[in-house]
Amino acid sequence: MKYLLIEDNKELAQAVSTRLRLDGHVVDHAESYADAILFSDNGDYELILLDIMLPDGDGRDFLAHHRSQRRDTPVIVLTARSQVSDRISVLDLGADDYVTKPFDHAELQARCRAVLRRKSGSSQTITRLGDVELDPVAGQLSVAGQPLVLRNRELRLLELLINSPSKVFSKQKLFDRLFAYDDDASENAIEVYIARLRKHLDKSSLTITTLRGLGYRLDDE
Amino acid sequence: MMSKAAFTSGSLRYRLAVTLIGVVAVLTLLFYFVLRAYAAQIALQSQDNILNASVTAILDAAIIRDGVVKIDIPYAAFSMLNTETDDRVFYAIYQNSSLLSGYADLPFPQRESRMSNTYKSGVYLGVAIRQVTASRVLVGGDIRTRITATVAQTQDSLSGILQRIARNAALYGVGFFSLAVVLAIWATSSTIDPLKRLAESVARRGPQDLSPIVKPVPSEMTPLVSSLNSLMTRLDKSFSQSEEFIAEAAHRVRTPLATVRSHAEVTLQRVDKEENRQALRSMIRAIDESSRAAGQLLDHAMITFRANQLEYQAIDLVELARECVQRLTPMGDMRDVELRLETDTTVLVSGDAILIQNAVRNLMDNALKYSPVESVIIVKVRSEPSPHISIIDQGAGFPSDEMHALVARFTRGRNASGTIGSGLGLTIAQDVALAHDGTLNIGNTTEGGACVTFSF
Repeated sequence: MKYLLIEDNKELAQAVSTRLRLDGHVVDHAESYADAILFSDNGDYELILLDIMLPDGDGRDFLAHHRSQRRDTPVIVLTARSQVSDRISVLDLGADDYVTKPFDHAELQARCRAVLRRKSGSSQTITRLGDVELDPVAGQLSVAGQPLVLRNRELRLLELLINSPSKVFSKQKLFDRLFAYDDDASENAIEVYIARLRKHLDKSSLTITTLRGLGYRLDDE
Repeated sequence: MMSKAAFTSGSLRYRLAVTLIGVVAVLTLLFYFVLRAYAAQIALQSQDNILNASVTAILDAAIIRDGVVKIDIPYAAFSMLNTETDDRVFYAIYQNSSLLSGYADLPFPQRESRMSNTYKSGVYLGVAIRQVTASRVLVGGDIRTRITATVAQTQDSLSGILQRIARNAALYGVGFFSLAVVLAIWATSSTIDPLKRLAESVARRGPQDLSPIVKPVPSEMTPLVSSLNSLMTRLDKSFSQSEEFIAEAAHRVRTPLATVRSHAEVTLQRVDKEENRQALRSMIRAIDESSRAAGQLLDHAMITFRANQLEYQAIDLVELARECVQRLTPMGDMRDVELRLETDTTVLVSGDAILIQNAVRNLMDNALKYSPVESVIIVKVRSEPSPHISIIDQGAGFPSDEMHALVARFTRGRNASGTIGSGLGLTIAQDVALAHDGTLNIGNTTEGGACVTFSF
């Protein structure tokens, strides 16, 4: 997916961009209100992440401008304020959702998906591999034309594997990407989800191979 | 909202009243004694006048006949001395220093002047008397002799009059005193009242009303009122400054925290060594915990502030719950926890939307935190028996022995040890419920999950 990140703090912007790119997204970064207007008027983004405090203008002004241009690109506000009244005013101005800094990327991704699902129902970028099609926004998997609904964690696990076919993922890496940091879940839980995915992909051309001591790999036959 | 009582150094009203009444008491006593002394003087003077007349009548009756002094005491000389109380009268008449008539043992005053009469109080036969003495020179033929007469009267009538006067004076004094006490109390009240009204108008103010006092006050109170006004102006300024300061501080702290967290997440994807990964995970957990605690502390502070001045409006609880569910659905998705709404069509209540939303969101947030993976949280909004929102999860429920302590601030359940949070969520919900005269009930379902009900 293509993101526009509007954030004046370079350090944070860099960290967030890197994290998003790790998941295979494309990120443009605007540092100021002026840049943000320029980027959003000319780029074709699926999602905009907006810091509400900008050096040359309030993020609320950007929201007002964005809505006045009749664009329906969803905007998720990154806010450092946690007071309820602030959150509400942000939503009133036309933001689709907000996350409070510091935010969990898994949560940000979940919110992005939820917002996109609300707006359009499906993703512009459907991943295809073999006879499998995955719509990460709708959470829909179709195997040889047969639709299947995945649970969120199954979906995120498959998304990881399907975006890098033939790559070996260690159990720990999958664990860190899948589970929020407040969970007591053990790394063995990965095995449960791998088993479920294998069942879903039973009739497809894809197979998940266990490499003892190394991890898992998704292959197209 | 009653603040702690200030130390008192006596009551101004009491002090003023006591001073006024004390002054009145002294004045009344003074009035009584002066009046009595004056009355005594006047009574004595009138007795003296009569005695004087009596003595003069006796002396006028003295004649020399055949070279002998003869005094035919007129009846009137004594009858004029008649009183209601039958005072006794004594007299003595001397020619030069030899007794002509009367009581020989009646003390005869040493006369200072031959011309004027002598008035004297004394004691005779054990009773108090008033005595007037006068003398006259009689010349007849070749005789020239001095006649001295003295008339004394007991003072029973006088003291009777004096007693009556004293009694009346005392009655008037008591009346005067009573009236003065009433007036003193009235004067005290009317002096203290502006002060009391000022105190009341300050006490009646809402916690956010820091506008200056504009009502006119007596000139003696203007220094107090003007310093009060300047204090409130400074307080108002410092309140808004601290609100801005908190927002600014939150921004300054939260942005670097977000940077650290994002970097930690990225790094976690890149390192392989298990101990490094552990360190990064606990770092992320610590950041999450601190930001959540900070958020809840701010929420709690805001609620405490707002709870004193609720902004009532009509709220549809169903709509409010739906918004909260929508907001938290992505969080549920992350762990495949479904938030399911079971509601009546509309449940209208009157309350402060921001506070109720905050409470409900905190309760749902709690339910999410304690729900097992791939479970369901049921959010019920019903108008019967009273409007309420119930949030039922499929977690481990509340430990039965900690139910009450859980609502207290910062208390966390025993089985919450692995879950991020400061435990303020329930406290926040409880405070909001109390502010709306509602209740927050916590309990467990028969299946073991927690069930929290916020009712109005």
